[in-house]
Amino acid sequence: MTSDLNKKMAARLRGLRPERMIRIMEVCGTHTTEFFRTGVRDLFPENLDLIDGPGCPVCVTPNDFLDRAIEIGKTHRPVIATFGDMIKVPSSYSSLAKEKADGMEVRIVYSPIDALEMAASEPGREVMFLSVGFETTAPAEAATVIEAKKRAIKNFSLLAGNKLTPPAVEALLAAQEVKIDGFILPGHVSAVIGVAPWRFIAERHKKPCVVSGFDAPDLMMGMITLVDLVTSGRNETLNQYSRVVKDEGNIKAVEIMNRVFKTSDAQWRGIGVIPTSGLEMRDEYADFDAVRRFPVTPPPPKEAPGCRCGELLRGLIIPPACPLYGKACTPEEPVGPCMVSLEGPCAAYYRYWSK
Amino acid sequence: MAKKILPGHGSGGRLMNEMIDTVIRKRFGGGSVQLDDSAILDVGGASIAFTTDTFTITPLFFPGGDIGTLAVNGTVNDLAVMGATPRWISCALVLEEGLEFEVLERVLDSMKSEADRAGVTIVTGDTKVVPSGKADRMFINTSGIGVIEKQAARREIAPGDRIVISGTIGDHGMAVMALRNNLSFSKGLQSDCAHLNHMIRAAIDAFPHSVKFMRDPTRGGVASVLNEIVNGKALSARLDEESLPVRDEVKGVCGILGIDALYAANEGKVVMIVKADDAEGVVSILRKTPEGKNAAIIGEIDTEFPGKAYLETAIGGRRILPLLTEEQLPRIC
Amino acid sequence: MCLAVPMTITKIEGTRAVAESRGVETAVDISLMPDVKKGDRVIVHAGFIIERLDENEAAEIDKVWDQYLEQMDTGEER
Repeated sequence: MTSDLNKKMAARLRGLRPERMIRIMEVCGTHTTEFFRTGVRDLFPENLDLIDGPGCPVCVTPNDFLDRAIEIGKTHRPVIATFGDMIKVPSSYSSLAKEKADGMEVRIVYSPIDALEMAASEPGREVMFLSVGFETTAPAEAATVIEAKKRAIKNFSLLAGNKLTPPAVEALLAAQEVKIDGFILPGHVSAVIGVAPWRFIAERHKKPCVVSGFDAPDLMMGMITLVDLVTSGRNETLNQYSRVVKDEGNIKAVEIMNRVFKTSDAQWRGIGVIPTSGLEMRDEYADFDAVRRFPVTPPPPKEAPGCRCGELLRGLIIPPACPLYGKACTPEEPVGPCMVSLEGPCAAYYRYWSK
Repeated sequence: MAKKILPGHGSGGRLMNEMIDTVIRKRFGGGSVQLDDSAILDVGGASIAFTTDTFTITPLFFPGGDIGTLAVNGTVNDLAVMGATPRWISCALVLEEGLEFEVLERVLDSMKSEADRAGVTIVTGDTKVVPSGKADRMFINTSGIGVIEKQAARREIAPGDRIVISGTIGDHGMAVMALRNNLSFSKGLQSDCAHLNHMIRAAIDAFPHSVKFMRDPTRGGVASVLNEIVNGKALSARLDEESLPVRDEVKGVCGILGIDALYAANEGKVVMIVKADDAEGVVSILRKTPEGKNAAIIGEIDTEFPGKAYLETAIGGRRILPLLTEEQLPRIC
Repeated sequence: MCLAVPMTITKIEGTRAVAESRGVETAVDISLMPDVKKGDRVIVHAGFIIERLDENEAAEIDKVWDQYLEQMDTGEER
């Protein structure tokens, strides 16, 4: 994308004048960050707003997932391998960062394969990988389990916490709590599942959608298109990330994901249980299921008093409306998940936007 | 305040600064502890710069340097950015029982050769051995003294002053992070570890009154240094994304691991705040030296967001560059 | 939710490959896209290739948008 085309697009976005307020939800946490980081959000004209959706897998991970992981870490003492994103997330009573400071063996990995190689190179130590992420990450985690079974690496296990995004958007729309005029859909989730699973938004809920990439031009293109679709009342689903996203997605990846995982009802932090929106391990791979391998009863989950992350993840409020935001809840001492993950709405808001 | 020390308390971000104020300076006396790269002291009419630093990097050896070159150069640079001429440094070793002598000798050799080239002498030191497991093979603490001939390079900063960086951003931090995440390099990315005292001397001799402030952006990177410069003032620091010198490989590693190069450590760079009309002159002096060949003007001091640093992005939008609480971790989302 | 970067495959070794971006090389897993070949442009997330990147599709879109914006600037609103 040439830089003068970039500048033309920026001028176009800045020059839009919607007559009424148009509220676009971006489902994906990486979009939340990139809208700020590229400066595109700073170009928004009046009457155009972006609402953060439940799109940060770290934010929506329920307390009992981390409570269980920490309880396993204390009682069965495996090496806990995790993406960097999970380290600071507060669980009901602690966090992996605090447990690590107390001596628990927590290691950050860039890829689930790194966790598998860790297990292969230390046969005496159990390695438990915290499997979080949406449809973009779940196939990679499934493929890792398949490889573990093939190579008979017995000291490797997975704590399944993956989530599926279309059911969450469906739940948000069904709840009709928040006024949303259109959606920026997650580019890399769609690279895996394709465009079809998103068509229900335009067809049943009459809202236009754009599958979008993550560079500045992608974000500007997506917003300019959505404002056009909303003002002209055209409820279409457009794939503007066609350089990566095929209509049918990556069939092989979905097949691998479904070979290891099956859908289940899942608890979303702050939102509640959403039917068929989670993934749990199938019986064929029970040997690698950390829930079965390390039986524990985690302490009862509890949420920090006053924490309104739930309403935030449902797009009902924006960060400054939460009483804890910037006071009791800061990046140094996060109370709720939305402030912890770099992609959480509060963290992004606090970092990039606090003027 | 957290009840226990967390990694963030050592990362050059907000957590560390808060600890320094509320735990350390409160006890040692806010007035006596000088919060700068070096303390400026008067000794019988002469003025000296005095600094100390500790090096705990793992791995000990990395492309472009090792814990020894880091220790010497880091100390020399902390003196040089005050406008002092570095003269003497100390070397206190904390060695883990079982460390191979061959490793120690290799580190000390590189310290000696770096000190000679920087023109400083290692005049004192100490050695302690800790039981195996109590240290990560080896730590080095240094302190350094430099002589200030004229006046410390610290003058009042004003709107319109230019922000200059002496070279590419994020090389050291991303080279080490790539090593730790087993990313390798076809064209090679290495730490920029280097002593800058000769380069800085050339710049301030040519423009003694225009270089108002200097700091080496180590932990916390360029963004953290700019926050420190404007913190509590009615000034803001604007960076222009299009003028930032960042190596392609550094952009590559940042993309893969989800890290912002403006927060990655630099071990051979200096951020300078320079009077507007002499900024070009300073940059051309820097570019004549090997360490400063990629020097550039990357932004300006203004009053748009008082007390904050911010970025004018490539497409003309703006975003705040906050002081991070702690070091960034590789992430997937 | 899903940080992924465009890379170029430089070598294939069984279920793994070496991919490069801006001079940075890393081992990636190809089980989600087994038919990739050397030289392919791909999208990598958490060490796995999740899809191909079609560069001429990207160039196509730039052209479309250039005309769209030109048309908008000259005031020929739809």
